[in-house]
Amino acid sequence: MVKSENHLSLQIQAKKCKWREFMGQLVKIAVVIPAYNEEASIASVVDAINSLSTENLRLTPVVVNDCSRDTTGELIARLKCVPLHLPINLGIGGAVQTGVKFAFNNGFDLAIQIDADGQHPPQYIPTLVSELEKNHWDVAIGSRFIDRQGFQSTLARRSGIRFLQWLLKLITGRSVTDPTSGMRLMNRKAMKVIYDFYPDEYPEPEAIILYYRRGLTFGEVPVRMNERQGGESSIQGLRGCYYMFKVTIAIIFTYLRK
Amino acid sequence: MERIQIVAIVGSLSFLGSVLLQIKKGKLREEYAFVWILSTFVLIVLSFWRNGLELLGHLFGVFEPLNLIFTGAIFAILIYLLHLSTTVSRLQLQNRTLAQEIVLLREKVENDRTALNDRV
Repeated sequence: MVKSENHLSLQIQAKKCKWREFMGQLVKIAVVIPAYNEEASIASVVDAINSLSTENLRLTPVVVNDCSRDTTGELIARLKCVPLHLPINLGIGGAVQTGVKFAFNNGFDLAIQIDADGQHPPQYIPTLVSELEKNHWDVAIGSRFIDRQGFQSTLARRSGIRFLQWLLKLITGRSVTDPTSGMRLMNRKAMKVIYDFYPDEYPEPEAIILYYRRGLTFGEVPVRMNERQGGESSIQGLRGCYYMFKVTIAIIFTYLRK
Repeated sequence: MERIQIVAIVGSLSFLGSVLLQIKKGKLREEYAFVWILSTFVLIVLSFWRNGLELLGHLFGVFEPLNLIFTGAIFAILIYLLHLSTTVSRLQLQNRTLAQEIVLLREKVENDRTALNDRV
């Protein structure tokens, strides 16, 4: 067990050296798209990602079908992407972790999480990549609230987000403008952290504490997000209260956990 | 022996019997069976030994001995429920890891198969 972990850390080390020579070299990015009942929008998201691939930047859409009950499964089997069909529903966190595990095991340099409902415009991926390289971050987060442009969410959600901003600032001493943003680019070091532990549901704000505790460097990049094209938000009404409760508890305990 | 004692004893013994039957069938892990056998044992002892409850109540300084039963039982149930919650959490995590492993292996198998088909 110990031996294999050593082996793994050596792999990371080797990748890290390669990381320094990224400029001008081919960068392989796994675009992890967790999809649960997203037949309406998934095809256009995958197509948009594929059209962004260049000589230096190869984007591979990895669609994690979280046991959808609609035709998402059959749809992604025909699209130009890596389809991963989960046999049981794991929730958003489990689905994202599945994609990250795939990316890590298959030697991708970077992995980025993109929502299947079209909220995250893929054309920002190259910007996130260059910011990550330039600032030597382990994680780059796409933020709606730096430039305050594009879809700005509802009032109730913004006040919830404001509370999370305050809590995160209290714990990490750093301002994170958009703690609930799911648009996150990570290098292999960050992938390994997610590989080992990731929450099942509502993972985003908690993950920031996780980065902080594991010594990952991170920063935000302004992104103009869209309103969702299809599907429904999972966080509405009473769920919103549960969301705040769960996330607050999780943030505090992730901080206290060794 | 009073009627209620007989009812209690018969009830406890049949409960013990069903627990033992579950273990025999291999449906109940021994670690859980232990808890159930222990609590049934307490019930049986108290059914026979009526003054025992009074004595225990006196020992704990409880006003009404019956309350001791309720307090003790509820406390035991709460602890057991907490134990079950942690077990479920652990099982869920293991389940997730297995599901992910299956997906990744299946992808690899499919990939290898297409590569093979291309070569043949």
